[in-house]
Amino acid sequence: MSDLVLIVRLAGERVAFLVDLVASVVELDDIAPVPRAAPHIAGLAALRSRVLTVIDAYRSIGLERPGTASREAVIVELDGHPYAVTVDGVDDVVEAVATGPLGAQLQGGWLRVAAGTVESDGDILLLIDVAALIAGPQAIAA
Amino acid sequence: MDDLIQDFIAETREMLTALGGEIVAWEADPDDRSRIDVIFRFVHTVKGNCGFFELPRLQALSHAAEDALSDVRAGRRHADQALVSAVLAVIDRIGEMVMALEQGEEFAGSADQPLIDALSESQGLERSGSAHGLPPASAASTNTQPLRTIRLSVDLLDRMMSGVSDLVLARNELTRRLRETPADAAIHTAFDAVSANIAEMREAITRTRMQRVENLFAALPRMVRNLAAELGKQVVVAVDGGDVELDREMIEMIRDPLTHIIRNAVDHGIEAPDVRRSAGKPETGMLKVSARQTGNQILIEIADDGRGIDGDRLVEHAVASGTLDQKSAAGLSEAQRNALMFQAGVSTAAQVTAISGRGVGMDVVRANIERIGGVVDLESRKNRGTKITLRVPLTLTIIPALIVSVADQTFAIPRSAIEEIVRCKGEAVHIEHVGGSAIAKVRGRRIPMLSLADLIGVTRRDEDSPTLILLKPAGGDVFALAVECVHDHEELVVKPAAPAVMATGLYAGTTLADNGRPILLLDAAGVAATGGISLDAAASHEAAPPVQERAEAAPLVLLFRGLDGVNHAVRLALVDRIEEVPASAVQYGAGRLRVVIADRILDLDGCEGQTLGPKLRLVRMSDGASELAYGFSEVIDIVPHDTSISPAHAPGPVAGVTLIGGELVELLDPHFIFAARDLGADFGAAAPLCILPSGDSWMENLLRPLVESAGYRVIIGGDKEQRGNAAIIFRNAENVREAQDDPRTILIRNNGPPTAGVETVHRYDRVGLLKVLASHLATGARRA
Repeated sequence: MSDLVLIVRLAGERVAFLVDLVASVVELDDIAPVPRAAPHIAGLAALRSRVLTVIDAYRSIGLERPGTASREAVIVELDGHPYAVTVDGVDDVVEAVATGPLGAQLQGGWLRVAAGTVESDGDILLLIDVAALIAGPQAIAA
Repeated sequence: MDDLIQDFIAETREMLTALGGEIVAWEADPDDRSRIDVIFRFVHTVKGNCGFFELPRLQALSHAAEDALSDVRAGRRHADQALVSAVLAVIDRIGEMVMALEQGEEFAGSADQPLIDALSESQGLERSGSAHGLPPASAASTNTQPLRTIRLSVDLLDRMMSGVSDLVLARNELTRRLRETPADAAIHTAFDAVSANIAEMREAITRTRMQRVENLFAALPRMVRNLAAELGKQVVVAVDGGDVELDREMIEMIRDPLTHIIRNAVDHGIEAPDVRRSAGKPETGMLKVSARQTGNQILIEIADDGRGIDGDRLVEHAVASGTLDQKSAAGLSEAQRNALMFQAGVSTAAQVTAISGRGVGMDVVRANIERIGGVVDLESRKNRGTKITLRVPLTLTIIPALIVSVADQTFAIPRSAIEEIVRCKGEAVHIEHVGGSAIAKVRGRRIPMLSLADLIGVTRRDEDSPTLILLKPAGGDVFALAVECVHDHEELVVKPAAPAVMATGLYAGTTLADNGRPILLLDAAGVAATGGISLDAAASHEAAPPVQERAEAAPLVLLFRGLDGVNHAVRLALVDRIEEVPASAVQYGAGRLRVVIADRILDLDGCEGQTLGPKLRLVRMSDGASELAYGFSEVIDIVPHDTSISPAHAPGPVAGVTLIGGELVELLDPHFIFAARDLGADFGAAAPLCILPSGDSWMENLLRPLVESAGYRVIIGGDKEQRGNAAIIFRNAENVREAQDDPRTILIRNNGPPTAGVETVHRYDRVGLLKVLASHLATGARRA
């Protein structure tokens, strides 16, 4: 059983998004901040006539970002709302197969946003749980 | 094939929805030809389609119903209640099966045969006593040509809509570029034409999103019927204004709140038939649902004629559940009490039923309506009914808003929440700081103030003269929001924001400005809550406790405008109630105006020399024993009043004048008003006794009414014991020649000269007679 996944670069790792969930990949223009929102909500951006809620993936996972944020974002839709998840770069769309549990302990925030692992061309990739990524860290606390 | 089945399902469901109202109407009047025709057409269509799709169960059901109905149409059979129920059961089953079909499941319900049998059973019964068939079918009467329509998926519509929005944005961008670069006049002309076309198209697409409210209302009669049957109540629904159009999304947003309100009305509002009867109402309750458009709002009213909201019980519940403390509960106005209904966890239902009464609901209703920029109004009169009005904007998406900014961040504020915009310059506006919070004083009125910059955590650049926007959130009190800059007024296409954004509580949605940048729409109530302004508390602190405190010190007076246009006040304690009577109840009789209220005659004051309209409103006042009515034109207020008055120069119905709220008010003198009445004393059985001689027709017919109106019981002749108890005994002086020892005996003298040494009263000496009667009343009462 293989799925198509989109491989993106994030914090020095290559991670996978299920292609079915990804609407497009874009470069964001202006991001308008949303005061008082959770820290991982980077703001709002416009994509054609839609308003995207921009999710800062670094902050959602709980990582420190080296340097400035990239403008590259993966557009996903969840419960009817479009989101843009900022990533460091987009590699490719490949076929991947789900693997069994690895036994290795995922570190920190990665554990929270992991939906499992997939294998493609001999590489093991972390499959991102998009809903958890969007919900951000405080969802656990709540 | 799959597509065809989907079409069949969609068509059948659509017909079922449309049929809802027809079925209930048919049930009310089983002989109604046009309804039978509509229902017949439905089962006929279903039967035809089923044969095509090989759905044998559906086909058997619809076929049986078709047979039964066609018998009715042909006059071979009478449509009785049993048949109606059987057909309804079949239609319900068809609905369930289609639902199962849609979800790709096997329908799991019980066998169909009993349903089919029910159709023919009732037929058997009917055949035996079939004397009154329907006339044979004439040409179908309601065969109007339906509008040509096609079905579109909502997704497609949404894509068209967002495509047009993109087009508008692209056009705006192009407009900007054209302005910057010098271009040919011909290009401008061409562009203007494109621009106009886009605008037209946008409007047309927007129209496609509109739906008739009928879609919302069609299911209601059936729902109410089922609910009422379940609860053993009788309810008639009147639906009005189904042709009003509303945004499709809006209709979906209103559906649940509306359903909830109607369930509440049937369950709690409308009483059981026997309760209604003993309350003097018709057994069948009335539920009116109507929609109408006013300006850019749609008003949906749900009114019942049930028992109304029990404010006391709401308060009890709120106190018991800890949402309200006893002290503030005491000071709530009627409207504030009723508004408790919208608080979470408060219910008026005496018992929790399966249908409603868990106190979860009305709060959600209000929240849902407010989320789409609407308002819920509540009006309730005890035992008269409840009216709930939903005011919602015409479309969900386009909201007129004001664009403001602070530190380069731009926000929109819905114009409906804005009361006023004031600049902090000059005398009229001051900002005061009290204990870390700011209060704006605008023309003498103190208003809590928030700074948008503080709220969003940026540093303020210009402390001196911010612009204040006075906001009045729905159901709350005014507060001021300081912003740096007010830009523009725009009609914005607002979309709900992502949950993570909504979680801040500050925003109502997102939108794109004309330049294509995203803007957040501020939610006035959310801003107040985030800024620490407790709106509800502010409202009740202002209204409730002060009134109560003053109430202990000063008596409350009812302030009203008399028919003469002058403001009057009367102590509230004297006021029994306020009533409205038709002008025909007011009559001039026996020297003064009187009003008839429910078999009682009350003296009427305040109307002398005034022209009365068709209706007269009056205050019923009571001094504890007797009652009178005072006409007025409108109630102004109930206020505490303890300041001194300037007395009137002569005694009269007005004790004097005083100032209330800076206006001259005439304070009524209740003592004078009650005293001025022709007081017929009424002692009941304890009335003193008066003995009149028998056989004296003058005394019997002329004296007796006077004696009685003075408060005596009258006995003609009377036995020894009665004479002993009598307070007064009248005798004709002609029959008596000597002075009387008994002071109770009064001699009535005719026209002849008085006899020396004998005290008599001339029979037409009214004053003398009344004086005698009055002086004996006290002794007589003691004796009795």
